[in-house]
Amino acid sequence: MSVPDTTVARRSSPGLDLLGSELSVLFSRRRTWAMLAAVALIPILLAVAVRLTASELDPGEGPPFLDRVTQNGLFVSFTATVVAIPLFLPLTIGVVAGDTIAGEAGLGTLRYLLVSPAGRLRLLLVKFAGAAAFCLAATLTLLVVGSLIGALLFPVGPVTLLSGETIGVAESVWRSLLVAAYVTVSLLGLCAIGLFISTLTSVPVGAMAATVLLSVVSQILGALPQLEWLHPWLFTQHWLGFAGLLSQPADLSEFGTNALMQLGYIAVFFALAYGRFATKDVLS
Amino acid sequence: MTASAAADLAIDSRGLTKRFRTQTAVDSIDLAVPRGSVFGFLGPNGSGKTTTIRMLLGLITPSDGEIRVLGERMPDKLRNVLPRVGALVEGPAFYPFLTGRANLHRFDTADRHASRRTRPERVNAALERVGLTNAASKKAGAYSLGMKQRLGIANALLSPRDLLVLDEPTNGLDPQGTREVRNLVHSFAAEGTTVFVSSHLLAEVEQMCTHAAIMSAGSIVAQGSLDELRGAGESHVRVQTPDASTAESVLARFGLLPALTSPNEAHPEVSALLPPSTELDPDRLLPALLEAGVRVRGYGIEEASLEERFVALTGEGFDVRS
Repeated sequence: MSVPDTTVARRSSPGLDLLGSELSVLFSRRRTWAMLAAVALIPILLAVAVRLTASELDPGEGPPFLDRVTQNGLFVSFTATVVAIPLFLPLTIGVVAGDTIAGEAGLGTLRYLLVSPAGRLRLLLVKFAGAAAFCLAATLTLLVVGSLIGALLFPVGPVTLLSGETIGVAESVWRSLLVAAYVTVSLLGLCAIGLFISTLTSVPVGAMAATVLLSVVSQILGALPQLEWLHPWLFTQHWLGFAGLLSQPADLSEFGTNALMQLGYIAVFFALAYGRFATKDVLS
Repeated sequence: MTASAAADLAIDSRGLTKRFRTQTAVDSIDLAVPRGSVFGFLGPNGSGKTTTIRMLLGLITPSDGEIRVLGERMPDKLRNVLPRVGALVEGPAFYPFLTGRANLHRFDTADRHASRRTRPERVNAALERVGLTNAASKKAGAYSLGMKQRLGIANALLSPRDLLVLDEPTNGLDPQGTREVRNLVHSFAAEGTTVFVSSHLLAEVEQMCTHAAIMSAGSIVAQGSLDELRGAGESHVRVQTPDASTAESVLARFGLLPALTSPNEAHPEVSALLPPSTELDPDRLLPALLEAGVRVRGYGIEEASLEERFVALTGEGFDVRS
């Protein structure tokens, strides 16, 4: 009986290939592009609707910044972001984050990833990174498409900030990127929650729905003044709080508070996800 | 079992048990799979084969007992062991929106020991080996069941392996595909790879394997080399002849208990169980029959098939254990 040589030297790598593969699989799915296309529709519809409507809005009428769109196309992306945050972005994030583990389990590919062996912690980290990358892609889509359609349909020039000062176009690009970063960070807590829920089931649709539901519930709780004591702990509490980034000088304090809160949510829910997934019997 | 014998085992489990809430799926099994063997893991559907395989691969945690795979404890040493193990578990599974080739790339990236430089080469070699080169650029979702099965086997072959665990590898394959899988398994064995194949099809195990274990209701009811399992002496002599009664009396002279096994008037057949003792030389039977003037149209000494043993051990019914 011949015994195979088992002492073949095996090079160990940090295993970044799996992250690359995760991103390429995520962004080669038609579903991902359909969601990004739907996200892109928001600023487009918004800009076209404003352009076709002759009547001027009174200051403060409609969603924030909407009244400024006709004066400056750069405001299209801000308005679209505000419109997308409460439901539309959480919906797409819920789909991606809820699918992370449950989707692999549903396809049966989870067992092959684990047998490869991917390593359970490594797989969770890669999955979270993938969901975070989607958050960034979604907010950047709002920003880029909003700026393009705004520049196409409306005049572009120096931007008058909420505080009354005016900044140049170059500065306004930086502020836009800052807002995109803020919104991306805002959604990371939800990603971690979705990742955790995703380890509980092998039915991806269930995990997606539960994730989206939680974001809605959290926003409803945040709207009830009777529950004010709870508000500082809600992950949705700072979602719309990027107005400070559009004043002069930029006020980063809420960015900091929000980032800290999201970090806390990531730590707790990632730990829960790992606690659940590390010892889970994979029967799918 | 001595230490050196244990070291020669590719899979070695002691008292391996898995309990789910209400039932014991695997009940204290001791598997001993010799290195270099083609080991058939045989049992009816629902007898605990796949649960055992999931434990061997670290997908589920045993409730009790211990496992060594390639000499190392599982699941503690999973990261050292699994890169040397190729597996097909409970059917193939793929991303339907990726091509066959992209699917293999995806799974290969999950193994951090797999070199990026050699990946395209290894993926192509695996596809070639299972005959999927021409379909490699098609989406896996458009594959037939047989093609998926082949792609699943290709996935197990992405790196050089010391052990292949193939759960029902011929499921969904046509007869030709089944034969190809059998040839593949033989070629793995020839390269020195230990192959652990589960199946509910006896004939398949008989044709492919050198060793086998028979599972029934969560327990191993028999284990060993195929010859050991068949049991010595459980062979039959069969004579096709129109002179059935003469043949019966000749066989009876050798102390056998012949019986007319084929009621068909046109092709009567007489058969008798050969005793396990070595006193009777079966080669003396045919000359004796001819000498007695029996017109022998067909003659054979048939070893007991594993099927008889299997049915005797596991029962014949279709009932799935509740």
